[in-house]
Amino acid sequence: MKLVIAIIKPSRLEEVRQALNALDVHGMTVTEVKGYGRQKGHSEIYRGTEYAVHFLPKLKIEIAVEDGQSDPIVAAIRDSAQTGRIGDGKIFVLDLVAVTRIRTGETGAAAL
Amino acid sequence: MNVKKLLPLVGLAGLGGLAVLAATLPSLAQDASSALSSASSAAADATAAAPAAAAAPSPINSGDTAWMLTSMALVLMMTIPGLGLFYGGMVRKKNVLATVMQSFAITCIVTVLWFAVGYSAAFTNNDPGAPGAIIGSFAHMFFAGIGPNSVNGLAGTIPENVFSAFQMTFAIITPALICGAFAERMKFSAMIIFMAAWLLLVYVPIAHWVWGGGFLGGLGVLDFAGGTVVHINAGVAGLVCALVLGKRKGFGTTNMAPHNLVLTFIGAGLLWVGWFGFNAGSAVAANGLAGAAMMNTQVATAAAALAWMFVEWMVVKKPSVLGILSGAVAGLVAVTPASGFVNVTGAFVIGIVAGAVCYWAAAHLKRMLGYDDSLDAFGVHGIGGIVGALLTGVFADASVNGHAGALFGNPGQVVTQLEGIAVTIVWTAVVSWIILMVTKALVGLRPSEQEEEEGLDITQHGESVAE
Repeated sequence: MKLVIAIIKPSRLEEVRQALNALDVHGMTVTEVKGYGRQKGHSEIYRGTEYAVHFLPKLKIEIAVEDGQSDPIVAAIRDSAQTGRIGDGKIFVLDLVAVTRIRTGETGAAAL
Repeated sequence: MNVKKLLPLVGLAGLGGLAVLAATLPSLAQDASSALSSASSAAADATAAAPAAAAAPSPINSGDTAWMLTSMALVLMMTIPGLGLFYGGMVRKKNVLATVMQSFAITCIVTVLWFAVGYSAAFTNNDPGAPGAIIGSFAHMFFAGIGPNSVNGLAGTIPENVFSAFQMTFAIITPALICGAFAERMKFSAMIIFMAAWLLLVYVPIAHWVWGGGFLGGLGVLDFAGGTVVHINAGVAGLVCALVLGKRKGFGTTNMAPHNLVLTFIGAGLLWVGWFGFNAGSAVAANGLAGAAMMNTQVATAAAALAWMFVEWMVVKKPSVLGILSGAVAGLVAVTPASGFVNVTGAFVIGIVAGAVCYWAAAHLKRMLGYDDSLDAFGVHGIGGIVGALLTGVFADASVNGHAGALFGNPGQVVTQLEGIAVTIVWTAVVSWIILMVTKALVGLRPSEQEEEEGLDITQHGESVAE
């Protein structure tokens, strides 16, 4: 099993959700996060005082999937979240060791 | 330490004590005050110049009274919620409740003190024939002798209870303006003590000197609605507070950006609308002079807002929301002393100058001199007030209200204005400093560094705004 973690621009969430829905991905967790990569931050000026805002708002999407599914999911997120401008985000794929569905106690792929 | 723990008890006991005094004093002074009020209504009759042969007609004009009742409510709205929101949006989220609390608590404290002694000392005189140059009378404490049938000679066509309520709202907003200078770093207990003392020792005397029959009005200082009494006074007191308290922890290194400029937008809008009560209400009548003040206020405010916006757009490449809102307030401040003396062209020029100069004061002067005037109480109210008071001496047009400035052949008026400005600055600076020192000795001025870092909402008031 794999855990796909995608950091995307907040404005792209609906596109990503639709693309994943088309791949029959019916569950995800979305978190509002802040961070920076190559985009760095931006500056804001209030009455002549300039503040550097290093951490920009992004969304973190987490999806747990079976081994073979991660590649098409990564591709779908990449295509739907891309604007071509700096700050589009990143996608990470991690090995997932165990899953338990709390309601039934099922474990492994059956719990996905 | 002990004083701080005692403060709520002292406050409650003080309220109770004032209630006892209020119940006993006026009845003792009843005879004297009724004589006084008839004397002052006689004076009002003379100024109203509406003699009727047989039954002496009431000097009360219902149109004037209706407008002044409205103006009182408009000016109160400037502080709560106007100024509270204007300032509240500009602080960090951890301090927003503490900031709106300051405006609200000051409203309550000043109301009580104005009733107890402030109005009497600022706006009444023992003998209407010989006004006190330094301080008014104490015969009208607890509004003794002031009611629906008494009239103050300063406002001859409205009941004195309406006049005293209208002036009360000015006494409320002036100390509340100071809060912008020490925002995010003053203990609530210290603020209470400072503001109570400041109202009685700074605002009341200066209001008396300029408006209540004191020596500055006698010199011929022109201040229609409070350029010196309200804005220079509060702005300079704010500067003294900023200097004495020192900078906020992390000033210059941490992000202190406003947390919600929509609140500031609402506050600035309420201030602008409320200001018609402030300026047009200062005609103390529903007449053409009030109309002149209203139009001057509108035009100067728009001009200043645009001036600030365009200057900032030029300098830092973006026309900011905070900029246009700040410019509007700078224009409102600057036109305040001028609103009933200048023509609309004069108001327009005053607005443009105020918008540009106050931008410079908030964005550059502050950095050059290195003080932390958190929300620019000095930069906008102090500097804007000085600009307005000076330019009133330049642009006053005798065809508006009988007083000419430098442009209309009376250059001496500028000198008179400077005298008014200088006296106000010296008095408010020195006395504010003394009050701060006494307050510091009693309870300390600032919360601990850790409390300041956690935020005043949770450490001073035990509350926070939800995410």
